[in-house]
Parts: sequence; C-alpha cells; structure tokens
Amino acid sequence: MPEPHAEIAIGVRDLVVGFGRQTVLDHLSLDVRRGEILGLVGASGGGKSVLMRTIIGLIPRRSGTIEIMGQPISGTHDRSTATIWGILFQQGALFSSLTVRQNVQFPLRENLMLSQELMDEIAIAKLEMVGLRPEDGDKYPSELSGGMTKRVALARALALDPPILFLDEPTSGLDPIAAGDFDALIRTLQKTLGLTVFMVTHDLASLTTVCDRVAALADGKIVAIGPMRELLQSEHPWVRAYFHGKRSQMLQHEMR
Amino acid sequence: MNSEPLLLAAPSGNRLELRPEGPWIAANVAALETLSRSIGPELSQSRAVTLDMSGISALDTLGAWVLEKLSRQAAASGRPADIVGVADQFSGLLEEVRQVNRYTPAQVVALNPILLRLNDLGKATIGAREDVTIFLQMLGALFMALLGVLRRPRSLRLTSLVYQLNRIGFQAIPIVVLITFLIGAIIAQQGFFHFRRFGAESYTVDMVGILVLRELGVLIVAIMVAGRSGSAYTAELGSMKMREEIDALSTMGLDPVDVLILPRVAALVIALPILTFIGSIAALYGGGLVAQFYGDMGPAIYVARLHEAISVTHFEVGILKAPFMALVIGIVACSEGLRVKGSAESLGRQTTTSVVKSIFLVIVLDGLFAIFFASIGM
Repeated sequence: MPEPHAEIAIGVRDLVVGFGRQTVLDHLSLDVRRGEILGLVGASGGGKSVLMRTIIGLIPRRSGTIEIMGQPISGTHDRSTATIWGILFQQGALFSSLTVRQNVQFPLRENLMLSQELMDEIAIAKLEMVGLRPEDGDKYPSELSGGMTKRVALARALALDPPILFLDEPTSGLDPIAAGDFDALIRTLQKTLGLTVFMVTHDLASLTTVCDRVAALADGKIVAIGPMRELLQSEHPWVRAYFHGKRSQMLQHEMR
Repeated sequence: MNSEPLLLAAPSGNRLELRPEGPWIAANVAALETLSRSIGPELSQSRAVTLDMSGISALDTLGAWVLEKLSRQAAASGRPADIVGVADQFSGLLEEVRQVNRYTPAQVVALNPILLRLNDLGKATIGAREDVTIFLQMLGALFMALLGVLRRPRSLRLTSLVYQLNRIGFQAIPIVVLITFLIGAIIAQQGFFHFRRFGAESYTVDMVGILVLRELGVLIVAIMVAGRSGSAYTAELGSMKMREEIDALSTMGLDPVDVLILPRVAALVIALPILTFIGSIAALYGGGLVAQFYGDMGPAIYVARLHEAISVTHFEVGILKAPFMALVIGIVACSEGLRVKGSAESLGRQTTTSVVKSIFLVIVLDGLFAIFFASIGM
C-alpha cells in the first residue's frame, strides 16, 4: 500500500543553510515529486547550487529536514547514497586519471561484485545510451569536448541506475544544438529509466521544453513553483523580472 | 513478491521457456550473473526459446542488459527468442538496451614488445632534444626580458620581485638553517669519529670548512630550494596555464616572461646566494657545537683552526655557483610549468618532472664547476 509521501522523491522542510553570518537559505521548503523533472531557477549566487549541494550532503545545514524517497538523510556519505542518486556536476567532475570507460565503471566497481566482462558491456551500454560511441571509452577526459564531457558525466551518474538524478547547469557552455540534444537525451532517459530529475539551470529553453515544473528561488526561499505556464503568470517581482526581462521575452516570443 | 531474482527454465518439447522473476536490478548483479551463466548450456541445446518477462518485479539497465544478452545468445545460434509478457513500464528500457553494444570497435593491434621499447627509446631521445631546446628558448627569453628591463628600468615588476623574494628567500630561512645546521653537525661528528683513529682530529675542522663552503652548503641549499620553491613555481604557473590566465596575459599584449617568469627567476638568483651564505654559516656553527661537545675542542680552537684551514677562495667557489644553480632551477621550474596541459594529472606530472630535473641539473652543474675550478686552480 502506498505510504502518505510515496509520491515525494525529495522532501525539503524548513531548511536553513548559512555561512558565517550570512544566511543563504532561509526556512526553505520544497517537494520534488517522483518521476518529474523539476527545474530550479534563481539569481546567480542566490543559493541554487547551495540548495543542491545541501540536499546531496556536501554542505552542512543549520536546521530543517531533508527526506529522500521518504527516508530522512543525515548528511553523511556512505556507499549506499551512490545507489540513490546520480549527480552531474557543472564541469563534469570526471576523474582525469581514468579513461571514459573506467569513469563510468567506477561506481559499478566500487559498489557491486561483477565480472569485468559484464562491467565493460554495461559501461559501453551506458555510453551508447547517452549518445557516445564505444571508441570514446578509451579516451581520457582531457581529450573530450564540453558536450562529450557532460555526456560521459551523465553516463557515470546513471551507472547504478539511481532513481534520482541531480543536474547542475547541464546545458551551460554547450551550443544551442548540443544543448537541445542534451535536453532531449535527459527527457528520453528520464522516461526510459523512470528517473526523478532535479535540474539547476538558467537555460530558458530547457525550462520550457524539458521541465515538468519549475521552482524559483529568491531571498533564500522558493517563491514560486509550478508548471512554466503558471510561473509566467506569477506576480512575484523577481520572478516577473526573470521571465519577463528582455531576453526571456524574446525567447518566449520566438516560441509562440 | 520475491526479493531474490530467479530464472525458471521450463523445457516443453523442443521449446525452452525462460521465466525471469523477481527484481532484476544492479543490486542483485552477482545472482544475475550466476543465473545467466548456468542457463547457457540449456540455451544452446534447445531448438526454440521463449522469454517470458511477466514475472519481473523490478528492472534496471543492468538487468535489462543481462536479459538482452540471453536473447542475443539464443539469436546467435540461429534461434531468435520470442519475448512475451513485457510490462509497459519496462518496454522502453528493453527497447533501448536492444540498440546498444551492437558493434564492437576495431581492436588496436598490440605491437611487438621489442618494437615498443625501441619506440619509447626513440621518443625519449627526441624528447631530450626538445627539453634542451625549451631550456635554451627560456634562457634566451629571460635574457631578452632582462635587456628590456635594463633599457627601461621602470618596467621591472618590483612588487612581484619583492613578494617572490619574501616567499622563496626570507620564508625559507628557518628550514634551510635547520637542515644545514644538522648536516654540518653530522659531518663534524663523522670526522671526529673516524679521524680519531689516526690522531688527526684537528683536521676535522679542515674537512668541515672546505666541504661546507665549497660543495655541500650550496648543493644542499640548491636541492632544498628546487624542492621547495621550484615545485611551487611549476604548480603555480601550471595552474595559471590550465585556467587560461597566461593566454589572457598574452592577449593583453603582455609577455608572460616579463610579467611572471623574470621576477620569479630573478628572485631565485638573488635569494639562493644569500641562503647559501646563511646555510654555510649554520653548518659551520653545527660543526662547532659538535667539536665542543663531542670532539672536546673549544670554540676558540675551532675558530682558530677554521681560520687557518679556509680562505676566501673556498667561500667564493661555493657562492659563485649559487646564482647559476638558481638560474637552472628557475628555468626548469618555469618551463615545466608552461608545459602543463589541461588535466590535473599533467600538473602533478610536470611538477614532479620539474623537481627531478632541476635537482639532476644542479648536481651535473656542480660537477662541471668542480672541473672548471680545478683547472683554473681555485
């Protein structure tokens, strides 16, 4: 039988995070539903990355609770977290001394007991699923382009088929074609693997095309959350400025 | 519902019906591998295969791939498997997995090991020539930068020079003093211990004085500076190269050699003789303490013996070498820093190379100087 919060993948309640005297997140609450793609927008330096890094336990919180799949998390890292979530860091964060294939195999090798043959096959399968060729597996991260780096990082994040995927500005630094492809890829994988995706982004195009819901972070709180259509109607001054500024207007005009 | 994955095989006539059940997910990978391996012989014997997926409770990419492999095994021996009973939520994943691992890239043919060794040797030889070229280029660039500064003294980066002097000169004094003090003490102790057998204890002072002033003082200090400051130069310049700071400088019309490298190398050239002097004094002091407490030779006698044993020439020989060693350390450290490529690994490798190479060159240079001073009679 379904639990009361079975539909909530990530539940954040009254989260307070600060550094020194500065409070970055001020009693923030946010629910990410199971199987949705949630986009998080906010001003640069406004705490988007801090929120993401707090949820995944890289930054300590002052107070508040975070529940992942109904389980409260403590903020310490153990091996089991690798099977709960995959994280795509902004710069990819690939291990530079390992080849692409070894990077993708790393979570498998550390968490599971399986034969090298199967591990190779899984790594190649993941690489092909993110749109790379098997030959790319022998390259080193320094030989990859920006788009390929992001794809490999995505393959590594998905190595253990985690139910939740965190993306930190997945399309930043990609050209519009590559960014569009990446958006489509995330959409496809999310459908195929039934992922819950938490995406920090500034890319209005991805917000519009990929995200089921968008949350706006301002003044340390979530000031608006809902489908893109609803956010465009929001009366909050920052949200209005964000979505109805010149750049956004132009983009939305094009899309109409 | 099962918490363990199962693979039920039901042979019915010529047809083998496989029913995977339970969670086929990565967490159960060991069980899945055993299951799929154990079914292998049966699979290759049967005429036709049906794969009934209706019993699967959970499926991820890994599980889907193991199933896909089973069906490919069947297909490879000419009996394509009929796949039935796929639940809606798994159909997308199975479809996706069907597309992957379809073609294997051409294997890179391994070369003959002897040829590989020869290949490496050839590459190393060419690499050594490149090292010499880079060293000479950097020397030339530094010389040109120095000429520029002499023509327009205002263009000298004084702030940077003073900062580097403080960092690699002043801040290095404690560790240099400590190490050279210990070295001086150890040499004196060994001298007293072994010379005592010949009744030649007083010659220990000659040995300590000449060895420290001519050779060891400058050598120890140069090696320490190569390890301490040379590596810091390489790492700094390397990370600046990685973050395109050096490219940014060039596009602003500034020469990185003027801005970054000349102050660093100049600071080394100024600091190393001073450190050598301080280090040599510390070593002589260490020798003196050992003479008093271990060799029963009072400070007055030690100083008097030292006065007889050494001359300004010995001091000059040591201190003259210092600026050249500093130049070698600086050039190697800076040019290795500029050779860093994009990755963190290459930064580490270049830093190691820098230290190893500069210590090697310092010792080679010391040998050349020994020949030189011997032939001019110093």
